[in-house]
Formats: sequence, structure tokens, C-alpha cells
Amino acid sequence: MHEVSICQHLLTLLSQEARQHGVSKVVRLRLEIGRLSCLDPDALCFAFDAMAPGTIAEAAMLQIDQPPVRATCGDCGAAVELDERFDPCPSCGGTRLELQGGDEMRLLEMEAA
Amino acid sequence: MCATCGCDHHHDHDHHAPGAADQHRIIQIERNILAKNAEYAAANRTRFAATGITALNVMSSPGSGKTTLLVRAITDLRHRYPVAVIEGDQQTSNDAERIRATGTPAVQINTGKGCHLDAHMVGHALDELPLAGGGLLFIENVGNLVCPAAFDLGEARKVVVFSVTEGEDKPIKYPDMFAAADLLIVNKADLLPYLEFDLARTLEYAHRVNPGIEVLVVSARTGEGMPKFYEWIESHAINGADHVPGHSRASHGAVAQ
Repeated sequence: MHEVSICQHLLTLLSQEARQHGVSKVVRLRLEIGRLSCLDPDALCFAFDAMAPGTIAEAAMLQIDQPPVRATCGDCGAAVELDERFDPCPSCGGTRLELQGGDEMRLLEMEAA
Repeated sequence: MCATCGCDHHHDHDHHAPGAADQHRIIQIERNILAKNAEYAAANRTRFAATGITALNVMSSPGSGKTTLLVRAITDLRHRYPVAVIEGDQQTSNDAERIRATGTPAVQINTGKGCHLDAHMVGHALDELPLAGGGLLFIENVGNLVCPAAFDLGEARKVVVFSVTEGEDKPIKYPDMFAAADLLIVNKADLLPYLEFDLARTLEYAHRVNPGIEVLVVSARTGEGMPKFYEWIESHAINGADHVPGHSRASHGAVAQ
């Protein structure tokens, strides 16, 4: 249920940015939600549906990018991309992976009407 | 479209309303969604640094024995440094009262329906809390193994408490919390003889999620193992309070044998 409070943070950040850029209506938001972050995109969509009405984002479409997790394999040394936290190395099947980032929760852009 | 409910929001793929973008302005933002919390956390951290206060964010599922652990720790430590506690719960001031009964100042934050503390709430609690410089502040988060992991409070270190009456696979069921923590305290060790609990397996799972996590096995009830926790506080927190906890060490696979 932390998606609700994180959605509130998103709407607050959005209203600050909209005011700063003289925007009164947002039609699209693009977010980056890392696959190792604590956010579930479906739960965030659900919270956004419930909370966006009455705000400048009430008609906004939510576009969520979930880039793969970048990692370096400790067994074969390959730079690889993983879908999930416990995935083995796609090159050698090894499990000793050093993960880089993956916990991002960012508002990337907004499209103003 | 959402896989679960078919709502109109889109994710996992690019989508543009055809033709509409021409009249629309696209504004690049690239800001952390929790930027406001990060600002409050930075303000708390500055405040702690200015007064030499070491803050520990103590998290766990409900019933792991966090408050019992803190009552034991403050009873043992309050003669060494000034100690204070911020208690987070949805309702009641029961935990703050347990802390105050030891003679230690405590502020209760009731989050109402909220499932975690955030840095803003902690900043307000600090306004009410008498804690001398050079002191130790325990922040007992809301009992919840999920949401508190996402919110930086400005603490020096994150501590996750996990009791042996819980399932061994909690670290891989709730990896965000174990990935975020600096120290894992396995509590209720006095019950191990009565349980079929595989401690080695729990530690293997915890290290799979977070190879850098440190581990202490204690019983807050009997006091077994607690001196190691006090040593850890002195060596890792009080003498290394400039460390910013977080997910920067996120990695897996280097399982401790």
C-alpha cells in the first residue's frame, strides 16, 4: 500500500513542476520504475486512478518504463541485463551477479496539453 | 494496459496518442519521485550531524520483538550516552509508554492508516524530542516488512530485526527490506531449541539478497548476543555516521558459506 503514499509524492512533485513550467493540464506522464524498486506498476496505476481526479493529471496517461537491471557476472565477467532480482546470468547461468542500480523511481517527463 | 484490471494507464511499452503530440509540449523532468522525502531526510541528516546524534532506523514485521530489543538496549546503553526513541505505529502510544517506563524520552508517531514512517514525520518528532548532543536515537518504524524500506529517514544505518518464529525464507520473500538494511538482527534466539528453524538457510537467503549485510543473533529477552549489537553500534554507527544507507550495494549471489 506504499504505492498510495508514493503516488501522493508523485502528484505533489508534478504540481510543482507544472507550476514552474506554466502547465495547467497534463495528458501524459512518463515514469521510470526500476525492477528492484519497491513499486509495483499495477498498484501504482491503481493508486493513480484513485488519486488523480481533481488534479492537473486527472486526464493523464501513465507510461511506465521498467528497464532491465544491469549487472556484471562474477563468474564469467559478462555485462548482462536481468529481468528480475534472482535471475541467473544469461551468459553462463552463474548466480554471483553484481547488480547496478535497478531501484530508480523517477518522473522522466510530462506532456502538457 | 494494466494486466490485472485493464485500466487505461499504460506501462511496459511506449505509447503515444496519435496526432496529439504535435500540439503538446513535452517537458523533461528526470526527478526522483521521492525527491521531497529525500530533502527532508537530508535536513534530518544535517541536524543529526550538527549535534553528533547517531540515528538508527529499526524495521521488521510486526511481533519480531523490536520494542523488547530497544527496551533492553536503552537500559544497557543509557549510562554510556544520551538515548532517545521515536516510535512509529498506526495507533496507540503503547510502545512509547514502554520506552518511557525505562526513564528514556520517547515520542510516539501515529501514522493512522499509513504503513511506514517518512522523513517529514521524523523531522516533526525531533522538534518534540529532548536528546542531548552525542546521543543515540532509535527510530522504531511501523511493523511492516515492505513499505518502510522505501523511505530514507536521514538515519545513519538501517537495521532489520527478524525473529526465529518467522519463516526462514522471509529474506527472499521480502527482498527490498533485506537489500536496504545494513544489519540483520536475528531475535528470539532463546527459542531456537524449541523450533524447527534453519538459521543457516535464513542467513544464506539474506546474503543472496544482500552480500554485504551484517548479521547478529540475539535474544532480547535473555540478553544473549546483545553486547555484540552494542559493539556494532559503536564501531559502525557512532564512528561511521556519515555513511548514507540505501540500495547502493544492491547485488546478489555472493552467498556466505
